[in-house]
Amino acid sequence: MSQADILDGLAAILEEVAGVEPADVTADKTFIDDLDVDSLSMVEVVVAAEEKFGVKIPDEDVKTLKTVGDAVSYIQRAGVAA
Amino acid sequence: MTGAGMLGLGTYRPARLVTNDDLTRQVDTSDAWIQTRTGIATRRIADSEESTVVMGANAAEKALAAAGLAAADIDAVIGATCTAPSQIPGTAPQIAARLGASSAGTFDINGGCAGFCYAVSTAADMVRAGSVRHVLVVATERLSDYTDWSDRSTCILLADGAGSVVIGPADADRIGPAVWGHDGSRPEAIQVPGRGDNAFRMEGPAVFRWAISLVPTLRTVCERAGIAPEELAAIVPHQANLRIVEALAGGLGVPDVPIARDVVDSGNTSAASIPLALDRMMEAGEVVSGDPVLLFGFGAGLTYCGQVVRCP
Repeated sequence: MSQADILDGLAAILEEVAGVEPADVTADKTFIDDLDVDSLSMVEVVVAAEEKFGVKIPDEDVKTLKTVGDAVSYIQRAGVAA
Repeated sequence: MTGAGMLGLGTYRPARLVTNDDLTRQVDTSDAWIQTRTGIATRRIADSEESTVVMGANAAEKALAAAGLAAADIDAVIGATCTAPSQIPGTAPQIAARLGASSAGTFDINGGCAGFCYAVSTAADMVRAGSVRHVLVVATERLSDYTDWSDRSTCILLADGAGSVVIGPADADRIGPAVWGHDGSRPEAIQVPGRGDNAFRMEGPAVFRWAISLVPTLRTVCERAGIAPEELAAIVPHQANLRIVEALAGGLGVPDVPIARDVVDSGNTSAASIPLALDRMMEAGEVVSGDPVLLFGFGAGLTYCGQVVRCP
């Protein structure tokens, strides 16, 4: 799956879970400070992303995903590994 | 073999109400921040006189009165608490002494926030087996004794209170089979370490993720009780915070069934939260005697337990 497809998928999840405007979801944005996604919403985003992209994102890795770009790269790598 | 049912319910809420604005004097937070993230508006915090024993005995007296029983009718008192003031002794003997339940067997269980459901299951099985006639389950908690008042991620959640039920014989079984389990590989997710370190600590996001993974288990609780989720009169999950409550109960996909939201006014009172929340729904007339309600406790351990019961 391409980075652009993953970004679009994440944007849709962020809109549904946290009400984030899809146009605001770009690779450089941080979840917490830029998109105002708090820690519990982040959990819901991760759970939805696991289902949508068929990957596993353990708790200890979630902490390292600061930006949307971090998450896109992680999901792409995890998807290849799977 | 006889059935078992809840015969009476009583609660105790500490007098002191603490608002979110009150907490802004202790930690960097705000009413809006707390309400957005936890749904909690106020919580009850016990004063020095309102010990776990005093609160528990008070709730138990009301439960006895509601059941039309006297303390002498009680064969066993099960304390459900994870915030007893001391490691030894337990709370149940002291509660029994205070009530005058002189012939009761007494012991505590520590099932964390699932303690009430574990105690109800244990009590119901004791009654069904014929070991006893009437058991008093007393969930009583003073989280405030273990709260780190400088930790803004947890001090906004924790609160105090007690809830009690009398469990006794019933013609038909009115307490469904317990469904339980654990992830004991993560003791650090919610802990008060002890040995001199009495500060409550929680990895909120990890606990949230675990809790919402339990949605299918709620369905199993209904199946074991032989009831469809849409036939429930209410869903009463442990009142951890409103977002967990709504994610968990909402996951059942029955939007017409009322969900307990006592956490908004009462905060997280661990094992006491389910009887407190059920009592509030009964007082408000949202559920009435005989209604089937789903109880589901989950938390420190990590451990969980749930069952469908008929309201007392």
